Amino acid sequence: MSLLTVEGVVSGYGEMQVLRGVDLRVEDGEIVSIVGPNGAGKSTVMKLVFGLLKPWEGRVTFAGEDISGMPPEQIVRRGLCYVPQVDNVFPTLTVEENLEMGAYILDEPLKARKERVYELFPRLAERRTQRAGKMSGGERQMVAMGRALMLDPKLLMLDEPSAGLAPLLVDLIFEKVAEINRTGVAVLMVEQNAKRSLELAHRGYVLATGRNQVEGPGAQLLGDPEVARLYLGG
Amino acid sequence: MVGARPLPRGRSLRRTVAQVVGSRWSLLGLLALIALFIVVMASLQGVSGTRMLGLVVRGVLLGGVLALGALGVTLVFGVLKMANFAHGDYMTLGAYLGLVVMTLLPRGAPILGLGFGYEFVVALLVVMPLVGLIAYGLDRLTFRRLRQRRSAPVMMAMAALGLAFGVRSIVYMVFGADFAFYYQGRARPVVELFAGVRVRTDQLFILGAAVLLIVLVYLLLERSKTGKAMRAMADNPDLARISGIPTERVVFWTWMVGGALAGAGGMLYGLDVQLRPEMGWWLLLPLFAAVILGTIGNVYGALLGAFTMGIVWQVSSAFVNPAYGPAAAFVVMILALLVRPQGLMGGGR
Amino acid sequence: MDPTVLPRTVLLAVPLYLLLVVVLRGRSALVKHAVAVVAALAVALGLTVLLPAGTLSYVVTFLLMGSVYAVLTLGLNVQWGYTGLFNIGIAAFFAIGAFTSALFTLRMPTGSLAAFTQQAFGLGAPFWVGLLAAGVVAGALALLVGGPTLRLRGDYLAIATIGIAELVRLVFQNERWLANGPQPLRGLPQPLSCLSGAGCDWLPGFVNAFFAPLAPRDYPYVYVAIVALVLFLVFVGLERAIRSPWGRVLRAVREDEDAAAMSGKNVAAFRMQAFVVGAVIMGMGGSLYAHYVVAIDYGHFDPLYGTFLIWVMLMLGGSGNNRGAVLGALLVWAIWTGASFAVDALRPTLAAISPDLPQRGPYVRFLLISLLMLFIVLYRPRGVLPEEKVVSLTRD
Repeated sequence: MSLLTVEGVVSGYGEMQVLRGVDLRVEDGEIVSIVGPNGAGKSTVMKLVFGLLKPWEGRVTFAGEDISGMPPEQIVRRGLCYVPQVDNVFPTLTVEENLEMGAYILDEPLKARKERVYELFPRLAERRTQRAGKMSGGERQMVAMGRALMLDPKLLMLDEPSAGLAPLLVDLIFEKVAEINRTGVAVLMVEQNAKRSLELAHRGYVLATGRNQVEGPGAQLLGDPEVARLYLGG
Repeated sequence: MVGARPLPRGRSLRRTVAQVVGSRWSLLGLLALIALFIVVMASLQGVSGTRMLGLVVRGVLLGGVLALGALGVTLVFGVLKMANFAHGDYMTLGAYLGLVVMTLLPRGAPILGLGFGYEFVVALLVVMPLVGLIAYGLDRLTFRRLRQRRSAPVMMAMAALGLAFGVRSIVYMVFGADFAFYYQGRARPVVELFAGVRVRTDQLFILGAAVLLIVLVYLLLERSKTGKAMRAMADNPDLARISGIPTERVVFWTWMVGGALAGAGGMLYGLDVQLRPEMGWWLLLPLFAAVILGTIGNVYGALLGAFTMGIVWQVSSAFVNPAYGPAAAFVVMILALLVRPQGLMGGGR
Repeated sequence: MDPTVLPRTVLLAVPLYLLLVVVLRGRSALVKHAVAVVAALAVALGLTVLLPAGTLSYVVTFLLMGSVYAVLTLGLNVQWGYTGLFNIGIAAFFAIGAFTSALFTLRMPTGSLAAFTQQAFGLGAPFWVGLLAAGVVAGALALLVGGPTLRLRGDYLAIATIGIAELVRLVFQNERWLANGPQPLRGLPQPLSCLSGAGCDWLPGFVNAFFAPLAPRDYPYVYVAIVALVLFLVFVGLERAIRSPWGRVLRAVREDEDAAAMSGKNVAAFRMQAFVVGAVIMGMGGSLYAHYVVAIDYGHFDPLYGTFLIWVMLMLGGSGNNRGAVLGALLVWAIWTGASFAVDALRPTLAAISPDLPQRGPYVRFLLISLLMLFIVLYRPRGVLPEEKVVSLTRD
């Protein structure tokens, strides 16, 4: 049984249809990458899985449970956490407070969890009382990911984690994604930087015009010149 | 860079001027100018220094009451993105509910040097959560549905006005249009502070109570989980949902705190002056002036704005008809908006 | 036959005729007007003959006040319905129009009266001068006030307008020298009151003879004709304006300010124009109000009567269209006066609940109107007459 399955999902915003039938799955402990041109619906799939958008058709299951259309507050309790692409931190809250908000639904002391996040992102440890809004792009991305990790999710969803970051930071972020994955967390990420993300991923999906185009192991997709030409800008 | 042309002088100069004019310092400068203007006008009218000082002190006291209302307004705006025009009338409601509670309780002797007995304090403690609950209840009946429908701000404002007039009409119906007092004919001990400035001990209590409540709100927002969630929701409501924060529960606490502060503010104001059904509506303008000056949604700004407006209100009575006090606060707000629309604590341009 | 029937019929026919002119859609203008005149006279005659004088008098008074409020609501519609300006300070323009008209048309008090009444000036001018002056001064206030405030965002503009209304009210309450505040200014002249009195010297003899049977208590018939005329002119003027290129720009500004700005329109100027035009209309409404109630003080223009009621009218009728504004005004005025009947009828019940309650009847009406507003906002935000698609008459 896959950890996450998305079956035949059709959806959109208001009357504008974006997804025209998307299927994908994520297995335990995998890194799956979704790539494709702009406007393909990659971010929309994420939002739909996380309950920010209702499917018009099709369904989403997580750990065997149908979560189609479930609101985010409940999805989060099931071990699925999401980092949006923009506006992904609370700017007037400190780093530490951002992390605390990530684990809001828990009633227990959060010290251990925070320490784990600080171990993963030492830069944050130094800046724990700084306001998140005053941090650089890379640091904010770390705060955003740290916030999502506070609940020890089984699956972490990342929407364009490397967007707008300098190359050195892109390396760092992908390194961290790999590190997170090594602790057993599955990762589903949408990425513009197809090359780097497919290098990292176990499997990849290419999405275009709201539906699946190609699917396969990351390395295979990377190496396929057709895929590269058609969808990844050469 | 090779070949780059410098900006035409006119344009960069204008931009610099705009940046300077719109800066925080300009706004503070404006306030300083206003203060200077007031002092000059007052001295031209031959107002004594003692009286001025007394008015400033009274302004601080009034500022405490305004702060309670302003905090509620700014919290509600931050979390719910809504200007609650009914907030003044929530203060009125608090004041009159306090009257009811106090008439039900047996009158006690005045506490220790103050002008009121235990029944006022009990009433305060009862009324605060009561107004909070009512505020939340009214939200569920009205604003919540509009939020779910993503109604335009004008609808929210009309709903708020409807609530404001509705609450006021009920107060009129139950209590009539006349003044009411918490205490009639009771001694109101006075104490001298400094330099010949005299205040009633009740007024010191009012300021003390206001400060205490402000500190409690600070602790709530900075130290408690709920308070942090309120700040998080004010920052980014979508991310709050994504993080699993139970947004409806946060809304509940926002109204409880905002309503409780309004109720307390109303009772304290009523203790100082008198009760009348219009009292909250008259406060609405200075409340919003304070909140807007301090940047709407910003808690510290609301405090600064409240004390500033309280002082402006009281001190202006040195040289104009005291009835124009709230209007003076309004004028200061307009001037502040001209200089820096985002208020004292707002982000840069 | 009661000798007042004919003169009352003629007067009543005026508003009916104007209504029919608006409502009838005929191809030929001449036919339309002829039909309207005949029908108006016929209906008016029918009403005058069939209804008891007291009842009809009440209906006329109702229509009169409803029409005054309709003028005010039309003013708000220009500001809010067409341009999206959030004005919660209608009372400012309403009040200043009323007091200006009063000061222009009253004479300075002399003799013993001077001891009781203070006013800044008193020109003793005719009513129509007062009416126009009211519009001009209200417009000037809007110009003055609009500068700093119109560029503010929605809720800030709302607060600013509340502040202006409060400021105006405070001034009229406290500045005795200006308009006798807080005491009322009394004795405002009623236009054409000579018609229902001793006869107007500037009218030909046969006209005076025709209207001679009328008594001062029939004056509402005269005034309703005047108010209906003003309402008609304002309505027709606005309907024209909204279909003109100017009106198109206003609507564009409301829909999408950025797009309007990008197509080169000076958005700020248009907003100011709409604000001023609306204010002028509100000022004239104030004048119409003042000369009917004859004695005014600051209390007439408090936030409930002077602002909120008019918003309820526009929201119920349907903002964004002039017919909705007029309909809403009449509907809400009907509800307001109907509520007053209902409260009177319920006196015994009220008295049973509490002995103080019956005299607080007006506040029961407050509550009803507040509930009405909440009802509209929650269940029928578009109002009774939804905004029509307006087709412009001329190309840009």
